[in-house]
Amino acid sequence: MLATQTLSFAPMTFLTRPITAFGRRAIDFFSFLGGMAYLYLDSAKSAPRGLIAKRGRRMGWANLWAQMVRVGVRAIPIVALVVFCIGAILSMQMSPILRDYNEEKRVADIIAIAMFRELGPLVAAIVLTGFAGASIAAEIGTMTVSEEIEALEAHAISPIRFLVLPRVIATIVMMVCLAVVGDIMGAAGGMLVSRFFIGIDMTQYIDRTLSSINLKDFLTGLIKAAVFGGIISGLACYLGLKVTGGAQGVGVATTRTVVLTIVALIFVDLMFTSVFYYLGV
Amino acid sequence: MKKVAIKVDQVVKNYGNRTILDAMTLDVFEGETLVILGGSGSGKSTLLRLMMGTVKPNGGDVVAFGKSLCGMDEAALEDYRKSVGVLFQSAALFNSMSIKDNVALPLREHTDLPEENIDIQVTIKLEMVGLREHGEKMPSELSGGMKKRAGLARAMAMDPKILFYDEPSAGLDPVTSAEIDELIMAMNKKLGVTSVVVTHEMDSAFRIADRMVLLDRGKFIVSGTPEEMKASEDPLVRQFIYGLTTGPLTDRKRTGGYERQLMGEV
Repeated sequence: MLATQTLSFAPMTFLTRPITAFGRRAIDFFSFLGGMAYLYLDSAKSAPRGLIAKRGRRMGWANLWAQMVRVGVRAIPIVALVVFCIGAILSMQMSPILRDYNEEKRVADIIAIAMFRELGPLVAAIVLTGFAGASIAAEIGTMTVSEEIEALEAHAISPIRFLVLPRVIATIVMMVCLAVVGDIMGAAGGMLVSRFFIGIDMTQYIDRTLSSINLKDFLTGLIKAAVFGGIISGLACYLGLKVTGGAQGVGVATTRTVVLTIVALIFVDLMFTSVFYYLGV
Repeated sequence: MKKVAIKVDQVVKNYGNRTILDAMTLDVFEGETLVILGGSGSGKSTLLRLMMGTVKPNGGDVVAFGKSLCGMDEAALEDYRKSVGVLFQSAALFNSMSIKDNVALPLREHTDLPEENIDIQVTIKLEMVGLREHGEKMPSELSGGMKKRAGLARAMAMDPKILFYDEPSAGLDPVTSAEIDELIMAMNKKLGVTSVVVTHEMDSAFRIADRMVLLDRGKFIVSGTPEEMKASEDPLVRQFIYGLTTGPLTDRKRTGGYERQLMGEV
């Protein structure tokens, strides 16, 4: 606030204007990051009370279960279909090149590594962003606009514990499950195409898949998936809680959630892959 | 001498560069119905939120039952909020829950009462506002007046000592509005709760108020009983309570620099 006030008194020349604009953007960006950090911190702080406190004070396992169904269970067929198709596409794209080297059988290895380490969790997360992220942002945004969040606070019920925490936990848990579904369906898509278009035997394909991946590949994928789940639900809840300006504001928040989440997912994925690469994991 | 329930002491509240409340001082006495009047943007909703403890002042203090809200930590503030009830302008019912669950929520969250006991309490509260047979309905199935009544039942769930009403009769027809007024008076008489009502509906205000205060541009203008307000000679008070088209409020708009703005000087 101080910075903006001082700048508004300075003469606006061609020099100060871009600096002011940059400064405002920087302040917005860091206050956004700070807000997100507080959201995660408050959620973590309220987790013990939310999960294990006596009846009446907890967010309720029923509530958590309802969120898991809503966030994840309904997304299973869509994630399965999308990742299956990506596995099939990869297999078709790679087989002519591999055939040149007489290494068609390696389709199974490549798809297994790509799916388990990268594409399974990432594609599941992107699908879940459209599925759950948008709906959480719209739901919480509508609650913000209709004074429901304020009503919760007025009744001494923390919106973080009551609304954010169950959604974050549900999304993390379901994201890990969806990543497993994604891994398997991606490999299955590759396998079917290899069987009917390239002529690799299914048992042989499964054998190669299992031998090319190890527990480490599988686990790094799942760690990523859990973090992706936290990003999707955290951003959706934060932008939902920050809605101003009625129905239009809810629409803007929903769009921003989807766009920002996808950018954040890919960026964090890049960070993860770089770290794993340097650590040799 | 009446006991003070809430003392608003020299409170200043700013949003950015805008001053919403300017050195506001106000006492709310136990058991009374205080109506806060004021036009749009006069700061009355902000004053209500300061007393509810959901907004913190930039200066001054709000003291409720002898304890400063500004000095309270989060846990103490939660305890205070449990002892007050709020009826929001839009009723703010949780749309994903039935009316019964809405009323039961504060009890389920803050008490260890068994479900059968909560059920009885909810039935009593819904009967008080005349919605006992509508408990299973969802908020979207109710009319505006019924939503307000359901909101009132929820506000009373924890048997609060103070009830805050934010524009209770806004958007309601005259008959429904009168019904809500009756309920506010009934809560006050039967249960002895202190009520703070923010409104700009004059009929409703005169019906329910023990005492009225008028705010204008973040400042406290005048306070008095409904009779004293009606008899006031203050041109601003007269214009507001009689809804006159000429007076200080409208003059201020006319002298707002229209010509200078047209000439591009503002």
